[in-house]
Amino acid sequence: MAVGKEIRTKIGSIKNTQKITRAMEMVAASKMRKTQNKMQATRPYARKISQIIKHLAHANPEYKHPYLIERAETKRIGVIVITSDRGLCGGLNSNLFRKVLGQLKQWDESGIEVDVCTIGSKGLSFFSGLECNLVGQTTKLGDTPHLEDIVGVIKVMLDAYDAHEIDELHIVSNEFVNTMVQKPNIEKILPIVPEEIDEELKGYWDYIYEPDAKEVLDNLLTRYIESMVYQGLVENNACEQAARMVAMKSASDNAGKLIDELQLVYNKARQAAITQEISEIVAGAAAV
Amino acid sequence: MTMTIHVDIVSAEKEIFSGLAEMVFAPAEMGEVGIAPRHAPLISKLKPGEVRVKVNEKDIQPFYVSGGILEVQPHVVTILADTAIRAKDIDEAAALEAKARAEEALSDTSGKINYSTAHAQLAEAMEQLRSLDRLRKHGG
Repeated sequence: MAVGKEIRTKIGSIKNTQKITRAMEMVAASKMRKTQNKMQATRPYARKISQIIKHLAHANPEYKHPYLIERAETKRIGVIVITSDRGLCGGLNSNLFRKVLGQLKQWDESGIEVDVCTIGSKGLSFFSGLECNLVGQTTKLGDTPHLEDIVGVIKVMLDAYDAHEIDELHIVSNEFVNTMVQKPNIEKILPIVPEEIDEELKGYWDYIYEPDAKEVLDNLLTRYIESMVYQGLVENNACEQAARMVAMKSASDNAGKLIDELQLVYNKARQAAITQEISEIVAGAAAV
Repeated sequence: MTMTIHVDIVSAEKEIFSGLAEMVFAPAEMGEVGIAPRHAPLISKLKPGEVRVKVNEKDIQPFYVSGGILEVQPHVVTILADTAIRAKDIDEAAALEAKARAEEALSDTSGKINYSTAHAQLAEAMEQLRSLDRLRKHGG
């Protein structure tokens, strides 16, 4: 029967789309579990290193590292923006950009200039279209990023901080609250403000530094910053997969709804055609 | 009973070892050190090499580290292991590369927008999407 051929092809094509979104949903679900495990695995390092930083704050060091000293005024701020490499993950990246833009506008109004480093291609394409100072970028880190991949970007910012080109460093990434909720987050990571100091524990001891305090602290604090950024990256990855899973699930659901609606239209059209045919036959028979 | 010290070996990507040990040997930058319980507080850089954890007389576990940091508190030893060999010049090269990539990305853009217009446009687009969604719900 020729009735509703267009509708049938349309239903077919939506069904194909639905198959794709459903497959993507399942892929994202399994990747989400993996990235979540990865996120858990990086926690001990972060916890340990911040513990050492805390110990350091309790110690009575002969040498005070510049990363630990707050600067008198802030003229320029460095921002590391972590985004996903791929799209189709709902509003994850655009929510992040909205938050960053708000903050950038605020800084702009108070006369603070901004240097931006991006991790992930979505951030790169967004910021390269803006009138801002992009000083470093890295993309295509995949689902299991390694710390070495982001060292360059961090080094650019740390060098700028050492040279007093920037006075603060912030990191922007999504925080994984749960599968349904991801929160864009801006965090200041330089200068390092140690957690509250317990005056009772504060002693008059100091570490034995090998080879010397400056070199060890340099190394330690660089690693601390790196681990913070790395954690942000891994967490953002988990967010991406979760957001994609949710987005693809709702896409599949929407496709299902569309198919139902189209099926209804198709059935009505078919029924109308049959009725018309019958009435034509009856009318023809009556005429004879 | 012999005295023990808590040892944690972690890398940025995973936890490698956590538990009690009688002694730890690590390749510190100034030469190999052996840490026994109640060692004085110490922070040292590590060279690439082998960390050995002596859990007891029979059980000595070796771990390879490609550098990192050793922190000693009287009852805790923490080893922050690096995941790859790190050297100043390698880091430097990575930094230059990141910069070069950014410049490259910036050079092929045309038409610049400033923050506030971008913000406005984004907000507008979000609003449009939201009203489309509303229309869909009530109209469909």
